[in-house]
Amino acid sequence: MTTAVAVAPAHSRRRTYPLGWWGMVVLIMTEAMIFAGLLGSYFFVRAISPTWPLDHIEPPELARISLFTVVLLGSSVPIFWAESGIRKGNQRRLRIGLLLSFLLGASFMVNLAFEYEELHFGVRDNAYASLYYAITGLHGLHVFVGLLMNLIVQIKAWQGKFSASRHLTVEIFGLYWHFVDVVWIFVFSSLYVSLHIP
Amino acid sequence: MAIVEERPVEEEEVEHELHEVWEDAPGIPGFFATVDHKRIGMRYIYTAFIFFFIAGLQALFIRAQLTVPDAEVVGPEAYNQLFTMHGTTMIFLFNTPVLAGFGNYLLPLQLGTRDMAFPRLNAFSYWVFVLAGIFMYTSYLVGAPPDGGWFAYLPLTDKVNSPGLNLDFWGLGVIFVGISTTVGAINFIVTTFKLRAPGMSINRLPIFVWSILAMAFMVIFAVPAVTLAAALLESDRLFGTAFFDTARGGSSLLYQHLFWFWGHPEVYILFVPAVGMISMMIPVFSRRALSGYVWAAGSLVAIAFISFGVWVHHMFATGLPALAMSFFSAASLVIAIPSGVLFFVWIATMWQGRVRWTTPMLFSFGFLLIFLLGGLTGVMVSIMPFDWQAHDSYFVVAHFHYVLNGAVVFPIFGALYFWLPKMTGRMLSERMGKLSFWMMFVGFNLAFFPMHVLGLFGMPRRVYTYARGLGWETLNVVVTVGSFLFALGTLLTLVAWVQSRTRGAPAGDNPWDADSLEWAVASPTPHYNFRAIPVVNSRHPLWDQEPLPEASSGDEEATRSLGTPGALDRATPITTGLDAAAEETMAIPRETYLPFLLALGLAVFFTGLLVEALVVGVAGVAVATLGLLWWAWRTEADLV
Repeated sequence: MTTAVAVAPAHSRRRTYPLGWWGMVVLIMTEAMIFAGLLGSYFFVRAISPTWPLDHIEPPELARISLFTVVLLGSSVPIFWAESGIRKGNQRRLRIGLLLSFLLGASFMVNLAFEYEELHFGVRDNAYASLYYAITGLHGLHVFVGLLMNLIVQIKAWQGKFSASRHLTVEIFGLYWHFVDVVWIFVFSSLYVSLHIP
Repeated sequence: MAIVEERPVEEEEVEHELHEVWEDAPGIPGFFATVDHKRIGMRYIYTAFIFFFIAGLQALFIRAQLTVPDAEVVGPEAYNQLFTMHGTTMIFLFNTPVLAGFGNYLLPLQLGTRDMAFPRLNAFSYWVFVLAGIFMYTSYLVGAPPDGGWFAYLPLTDKVNSPGLNLDFWGLGVIFVGISTTVGAINFIVTTFKLRAPGMSINRLPIFVWSILAMAFMVIFAVPAVTLAAALLESDRLFGTAFFDTARGGSSLLYQHLFWFWGHPEVYILFVPAVGMISMMIPVFSRRALSGYVWAAGSLVAIAFISFGVWVHHMFATGLPALAMSFFSAASLVIAIPSGVLFFVWIATMWQGRVRWTTPMLFSFGFLLIFLLGGLTGVMVSIMPFDWQAHDSYFVVAHFHYVLNGAVVFPIFGALYFWLPKMTGRMLSERMGKLSFWMMFVGFNLAFFPMHVLGLFGMPRRVYTYARGLGWETLNVVVTVGSFLFALGTLLTLVAWVQSRTRGAPAGDNPWDADSLEWAVASPTPHYNFRAIPVVNSRHPLWDQEPLPEASSGDEEATRSLGTPGALDRATPITTGLDAAAEETMAIPRETYLPFLLALGLAVFFTGLLVEALVVGVAGVAVATLGLLWWAWRTEADLV
């Protein structure tokens, strides 16, 4: 014989995070480890090399990428703005915020393509070159995937599928996008800034 | 909480309706589309065991070759392929997935919920695993099995020294199967934190759940390193990059660091869930609660942490700075402390209880003895001077078989006898089980104990034969006899399984009088697991809560899926992370082909890389991306 028991629901003042949010957080942890591994490899090879960059390769210039670093990090701001908008049910802010972020992210990708075009070294030249392309390439891939995700969220947003109470997709995408931006800070400092500090 | 009257229900009608809601489509469509954690879990276990027997066969070929000096059973090339694929299969395609299988099947049941947090991802991780396994084994069909050892050190494995496809099968396969492990770990973590029966606060988790949680976190932080190692290796091989090419400023030592940064936690990724199983079985057959639950759970978490600080002890012979090596040597010694605590937890449990010598208990006890020896030799090889002496000798082979075969495979076999009755509804023969245990136990020690001695006598690992007159002849014969005895013992368990399918005694709900929630439901488990979610207020619900209270559905979103209406709705409650109070309702998705298609896309992509055919690779990426987009498009995450 079993007894049926009525269970009281949790009464928390703060909203707790749903499954998808947790899933994305754990995914980000493991992704962060991949970047940590790559940057660790970069510094490992750098530490055992007589010169850096190897073979006196001319590293990419700092000024332009600094500008686009601001662009990429800036692309997180419209996401915050869009999120706080949809929390109040403001569809316009959501749509414009997503669009703005997409354009900023896309321009970062365009710059990456130009940078690859103008570099004086190829991926096979030496370990420095391979690491440079691997790290910026993997990050670029993440930006690209983020842009695809943005597209999906945006289409849903323009169709009006989100509301003040239902917009988890936006938040999960936002998490991923912020992660891609934060990783760039580490990539930027390691691959660009650190080469220009005497 | 108030006890309310349960409304009388039309039993048969409800059963019929539940069946409609939960049953997969029959035949092939249901086979490829299912998202049921129980079907997926059992499939994981069965598939992994197919790989187990393949790897066993490879081991027997190795032993046949080494029985006598200058034997010519297999040539040196075939021998290299045999030991490479034996190790690779046992690590990537048997131990890791079989434990994931048990986790998949048992976790939702022990937590008291109706499925995993991401059922479709769960199906995806299985399909990736099986396709990655097939991918690696197609290497035999094209006559190019991996042959660079299971850790594929450079420069042996670069394009110059290993020009064939052999290593590409290995490198790409490792990346491929890593996706499965990672996705599975995400699922385990979120399920453990968010889908628990109301009242199952974090200090009431079954110890197996703790072990799966610790394992999943290790996977999350360790697997990226091996993915990276294999990806950079493949990049060097396929695209000519210079990561590991010392001539162009790369470093082959870097590969070793990346590989072992995963490689050592991996040992614990296998060991910790096995320990979790042992810690479930020993209390049941000692007729008492685990002595020192908190110590055991704490030790599992401590092992998970410390396991990240020991990887360099695989590299003591590479000439690293002494200070670095001393640190890693010390960390390797420290990990003996939580392992020792666990050991005393088990001894104390048996000491204070009354032991019933069933088959699972025999396997657990065998595990204790073997793990003791494996642990002690582990302490020995973590000390540098001894390690230099024993490095790359059969002593090391003996050590890691004591921990990976003895301390992981034995618990898995015990777990088969313990949990298969829940999965199939039939008991396995005790007589057969005991016979199987004794043959495996005797065979194991005959096979692996003399290897310590052989190693100290200087017999190197990975060399396909040896000369006469080195004093290794007798012991090698003993080892071979032992390994065949061991193999026979594992076959007896296969026989026991086959027998049980037709002639096994019905298991009933709780054949072992065990304490955790999976034993509260019928055997085999009904599709919906729990018609009504149990309410937990003890660490041992089935021992302390008689009768087990069942939750009834409330009116709010948080509580509506607790009772039978939730099961009829194909829903399950979401609970808060620490104290497991009901907070939301999750809809369990229906069958879908998406996970299978996505995994297939990945397989096509990796095949494209393998044969360096751009079109195939792009097609694979396209299929995978489209599948992913469709998946993202269709997911109604906003409904949660």
